[in-house]
Amino acid sequence: MQSLSKTATPVRRRPSWGIVQRRLAPYLFISPFFILFIGFGLFPIVFSAYLSFHEWAPASGLGNMRFVGLENYHFNLTDPWFWKSLANTAWLAVASGLPQHLIAIPLAFALHTGFRRFKNFLSAAYFLPYITSSVAVALIFFTLFATNFGLVNQLLGWLHTVPVIGALFPSEPINWLGRAPYIKPVIAFVVVWRFVGWNLVLYLAGLQAIPRVLYEAAQVDGASTWQQFRYITLPLLRPIMFFAVTLTLIGSFQLFDEPYVMTNGGRTLAEAGQTTAMYMFRTAFEFSEMGTAAAMSWLLFAVIGVLTFINNRVFGRSGLNPDT
Amino acid sequence: MTTLSPRRSGRPPGKRAMSRGAAYLLLLFGAVLTFAPFYFMFVFATHQRAEIFAFPPPLWFGDAFGENLRLLLERLPFWRNLWNSFYISVLSTLLTLFFCSLGGFGFAMYRFRGKDTLFALLLATLMIPTFLNIIPFYLILQALGWINEPKALYIPGAAGAFGIFLMRQYIASSIPHELMEAARIDGCSEFRIYWNIVLPLITPAMATLGMITFINSWNNFVGALVVMRESSTYTVPLALRSMQSAANTEWGALMAGTAISVIPLILIFIFASRRLIEGLTSGALKG
Repeated sequence: MQSLSKTATPVRRRPSWGIVQRRLAPYLFISPFFILFIGFGLFPIVFSAYLSFHEWAPASGLGNMRFVGLENYHFNLTDPWFWKSLANTAWLAVASGLPQHLIAIPLAFALHTGFRRFKNFLSAAYFLPYITSSVAVALIFFTLFATNFGLVNQLLGWLHTVPVIGALFPSEPINWLGRAPYIKPVIAFVVVWRFVGWNLVLYLAGLQAIPRVLYEAAQVDGASTWQQFRYITLPLLRPIMFFAVTLTLIGSFQLFDEPYVMTNGGRTLAEAGQTTAMYMFRTAFEFSEMGTAAAMSWLLFAVIGVLTFINNRVFGRSGLNPDT
Repeated sequence: MTTLSPRRSGRPPGKRAMSRGAAYLLLLFGAVLTFAPFYFMFVFATHQRAEIFAFPPPLWFGDAFGENLRLLLERLPFWRNLWNSFYISVLSTLLTLFFCSLGGFGFAMYRFRGKDTLFALLLATLMIPTFLNIIPFYLILQALGWINEPKALYIPGAAGAFGIFLMRQYIASSIPHELMEAARIDGCSEFRIYWNIVLPLITPAMATLGMITFINSWNNFVGALVVMRESSTYTVPLALRSMQSAANTEWGALMAGTAISVIPLILIFIFASRRLIEGLTSGALKG
């Protein structure tokens, strides 16, 4: 076949249209990505870096950019609200990130080992929150956590009337979304609720990649379920854990939708529930300080970069399975 | 380690059944916890404000859905918002399917100069955090005059790196090179090979990418928040959020709108959860 196609075109002729279009075709096929990336990805990033050294309010027009050197960075680094937002982000990353994995791993293990019949159905059920819009999810919980007679407070109020354990529960309704100490735990809860299923599915995929023979051999050696989990599952799950944790890390430090909606666009309790992404957004689009906001986005980028690097060093390579 | 026995673990069968039962209960409890908020969303959507916050709260569907819908349409041009979301999501899906399958085809089936570098560059763009270019993205759209324009939400992402990656993986593993040669001998142009031969063969992957794109576009909040500034141009997430900021929140109407906005997602989910999950997590194992 191949030799036939070669002899079909005489050697002395110029490369035919067929050959030319064959050479050009792949470049044309992949070009939309690169065109769109240059226009809406690369250029914005370069421009954002440029912007971060300037003072500029968009209303004044592009000509009125004033070079201010590192002033925007200096401003952010001495701005208590920036540090507060970063602390909030870190707090939420830990309080929402850790439980996601601590719940998802055992759940995935239980599903994988014990419930082969319902595995697909149950994992799909847990997955549903992940594909539901963050705004819809936040609004549902906004309703459930409403202070006056929201379902959560009603449940707590009812539990308070139960004898013996009642004392553990508050007698007054809690202003979940209006009091500083409560807002972050509520946001963390919503984020955990939304992402457990995603991680569960990732871990299930990881568990399915572990050869069954290993468990059979361990069973022959008399290892208990816990021992199998501890000495086979956990070590072999490490590459997937690394992947899942990296995704959580990057996602958590950009947390925006949930806190934005739960605090009603930052109108209530901005300082207590405001993440850095949210503060950046408000600095740009509510306070019209584009340069400051651009500098903030680069600072946040640096934080994510450092954390990802640490995560890589601590958790990455060494645990990777050489066979995969 | 002390109870080593040759064939099976030393635990008596009764105890094993109990721990199995406990695990089962726990999984069931988790599933209920996962579903409860959705359930209450639908229940609340059919009750009036006073009933939602009555004691005890409604646990079963009521008859106020029509009333809630009326309130919703009073506050928002909700049908318009729904249409905006639908229009943007469909166009975004069609464009993504075309450009990503074409790009994936290019990367999977051809050898050309600079291919590896270009593919590495493409993968590297997956690492760029979204928030980093929100501001300049907005400025570009403003310069283009695309503020309040739906195309601002479906054109920039139309040839996403994730989609091309997904398509490349699928095409490379499912289309034999001999097919290309055979088609060329028959006189097919390269684009016709893609359009008439490859495209029909990759419909499963197209379906997966299509659903993922539709869902992401339907749920896109930050992008829409930046671009859409007038309530008639709002997509559904923006519209619902704007209701929340009203001084006197109409909870029943809000939940009715939220419920309607979630229905397309639940439908997709019911019909194709396996395929969807595999598509979304494919980067985890193969990447």
